[in-house]
Amino acid sequence: MSEFSVGIRQQDTVSILELKGYLDAHTAPELEKAFQKHLNEARYNIVVNFSDLSYISSAGLGVLMQFIEDVRKNDGDIKLSNMSTRVYNVFDLLGFPMLYEIFKDEEEAVGKFLNKSENPS
Amino acid sequence: MRTFVSDAARQYGFGEGDVGKIELAIDEACTNIIKHAYRYNPDGIIEIRLSMQPGPDHNRKFVVEIHDSGISFDSSKYSAPDMTEYFKKLRHGGLGIVLMKKLMDEVEYGPSVGDRNTIRLIKYLPA
Repeated sequence: MSEFSVGIRQQDTVSILELKGYLDAHTAPELEKAFQKHLNEARYNIVVNFSDLSYISSAGLGVLMQFIEDVRKNDGDIKLSNMSTRVYNVFDLLGFPMLYEIFKDEEEAVGKFLNKSENPS
Repeated sequence: MRTFVSDAARQYGFGEGDVGKIELAIDEACTNIIKHAYRYNPDGIIEIRLSMQPGPDHNRKFVVEIHDSGISFDSSKYSAPDMTEYFKKLRHGGLGIVLMKKLMDEVEYGPSVGDRNTIRLIKYLPA
C-alpha cells in the first residue's frame, strides 16, 4: 500500500522534495531516507513542497527537526511551501514557524536560496 | 483506525476541522503506544472505545478511550517542553503528547487496571 511518496526535483542548487499522501509514523522513514540521501550527497538547500500532502503527524515534523541542525551547519536550510490549511495548522500549533520559513509558493522558497547565492551578504 | 474514528466523530456531529484534530490526536496516542508501550511488538493489542457522554458545561462530549497492555507511561513524571527552548536546542521527538493536548479539550492518563493502561481523550461538541 503506497500511502506516501517523495518526489525529488532539482532547480539550480536547490533540491525540491514533493510530498504526497499521508505522512505519519508509518511513512516518516521514507522522508527520512530522502533527507539522508541529500545530506550524504552534500545537498543542503532543500525546499519541501507540501501541495499534495493530505495529512501530517508529529512523526513527520520530527523528521524535519532531525535534519535541520546538520543542514544549517552546512550553510543550507530546509524551507517549506504550499501547505494546505490543515497541514499548516499542525505546524502552527507546535510553533514551527519560529524555526522554519514557510512560503505560500515553491517559487518564492526556491528564490530565497537563489537570491542568497547571487548576492552573498 | 483513522477512518473508524473520524467517521464516528462526523456521525456525532463534529465539523471537518474538529474531525481532523480528533483523528490526529488518536494517531499520536496510538503511535506512542506502539513505540513506547509495545516497543514495536506487532502482537500488542490496542483497544479503542468511542462514546458520546454528557459534559458539564457543554451539551455533549466525545470520549475516546484507548487501552493497551504494554509498558505503562508515568504521566506524573512528564512535563511539557517549552517550545522556544525546544527549537533553540533543535530537539526532536516528544511532540506527540504536546499535540494531543493542543488538539483535544482533555487528555487523561487513567490508572492502570491490572495490566491495562488507559488514555482518555475528550473533545467537546460545540452546542
